[in-house]
Amino acid sequence: MLRKTLGNFLQTLGKAPLAFIINLGYFTQFVAKSVYNCFMPPFYLRLFGAQFLNIGFYSLPVVGLTTLFAGMVIAIQTYSGISEYGAESVVASVVLISVTRELAPVLSALMVAGRIGAAMAAEIGTMRVTEQIDALVTLSANPFRYLIAPRIWAAIIVMPLLVLFGDIIGIFGGYLVGVYKLDFNPANYITNTMDFMQATDIVMGMVKAGVFGFIISVMGCYHGYRSKGGAQGVGEATTNAVVTASILILISNYLITELFFAR
Amino acid sequence: MTENKIEIRNLYKAFGKKQVLNGVDLDVKKGESLVVIGGSGTGKSVLIKCIQGLLQPDSGSIKIDGIETVDGGGNIHEKMGMLFQGAALFDSLSVWENVAFVLLQKGKISKKDAKNEAIRVLRQVGLAPDVADLSPAELSGGMQKRVGLARAIITKPEIIFFDEPTTGLDPIMADVINDLIIESARGLGATTLTITHDMASARKIADRIAMLYQGKIIWIGTVKEMEKSDNPYLHQFITGSAQGPIQMEV
Repeated sequence: MLRKTLGNFLQTLGKAPLAFIINLGYFTQFVAKSVYNCFMPPFYLRLFGAQFLNIGFYSLPVVGLTTLFAGMVIAIQTYSGISEYGAESVVASVVLISVTRELAPVLSALMVAGRIGAAMAAEIGTMRVTEQIDALVTLSANPFRYLIAPRIWAAIIVMPLLVLFGDIIGIFGGYLVGVYKLDFNPANYITNTMDFMQATDIVMGMVKAGVFGFIISVMGCYHGYRSKGGAQGVGEATTNAVVTASILILISNYLITELFFAR
Repeated sequence: MTENKIEIRNLYKAFGKKQVLNGVDLDVKKGESLVVIGGSGTGKSVLIKCIQGLLQPDSGSIKIDGIETVDGGGNIHEKMGMLFQGAALFDSLSVWENVAFVLLQKGKISKKDAKNEAIRVLRQVGLAPDVADLSPAELSGGMQKRVGLARAIITKPEIIFFDEPTTGLDPIMADVINDLIIESARGLGATTLTITHDMASARKIADRIAMLYQGKIIWIGTVKEMEKSDNPYLHQFITGSAQGPIQMEV
């Protein structure tokens, strides 16, 4: 009796880590296969273009709004924190650094993960449960090249551009608050911003964005590709894609920052 | 030996603890129409997915034209066409792009020629040319099946698989699809493997019928032999009786 209970207990205890390891195995295999197929012809330029437009162009409003308000709020917070002395140059520089290094890449990536990661998981998941992916195989098309590679390429290439756009809008948000609310001199604000601007900050933000683009597309495709069990399965895949992508974005953001900025 | 188009020996496939295929042996002769019948969950779909390389069997052998395919040998997909249960049309593409998918993939044909070819095959399955530019979501279930059939036969495959071709259709449309299957397979001289639990359909399109039960082929023979057979499992299935040796898990 005791032995049986203990056995059941151990079995339950072992199930979760075992499932985790199995899934990790599937995931690693999936990523390796995806990356390999990203470099293998045929390349579907039309599908890449469609994804580029979808991830990039149609995300402009959401990325613009997010970074605009992020820049604005940083300006106010910085000003209220150190209002007495040299606020003008401090606000401009803090807005610049926080937007280009962190806020634009991370907030844009989280917004795109919600918008695009979910859409990828839902679309590929639906194709999986309606056997469209099997149909691709029977029609001699490799699903990794047809479905996944264009998405990964598009996300990696378009995310840095989105972040560059977010940088400009975010800094503009700081400028709006600085000039129209805090009564800074517009010319001085711009001069201060330019003085503190460093190419490495902007480039690092864009490198991060490329990594985030990879994470978003891979998580979206992975969860979609492995979804099963009809509408419920697709729903779960969508949620998992967004949650895992968001967490990985935050973790990798820390790791990249530590790698390049911690001295 | 060469008479067999598909040769399956000792095929095993399990999902977790559930043994779905339990040693399947099956031969499909060149040019014949073989129908595999069996209840839901008996492994019919798994069987044709294994043959097409969509699933990797745990063990066993599948030979197509005498070439072992289990380890990814032979360029099998070029010889095959498949009509999926839910048609599985790509909803991001128009009807003609679905039908001409393989032609466009190979890129050896202009878009205009591919479309003309798609329209020709659509006509063959009884669809008007103006359907070509619609999206699959705008079509009825029967029309989707026809488009799926057109997509499967446009490359003139040597083997065509039909996964529950009549499921979800009214009896008249089901019979229309049956006729189309017979016509298109005969026209191409193709070998066909159909899985179904629709006995009317099976009787109509089959040269031979095989019954799959608990992961094994338990009976195989012609339609005439089936009607006379005293195999209790087969008898229960074709008469659709709840009483008999097959116990459904409820």
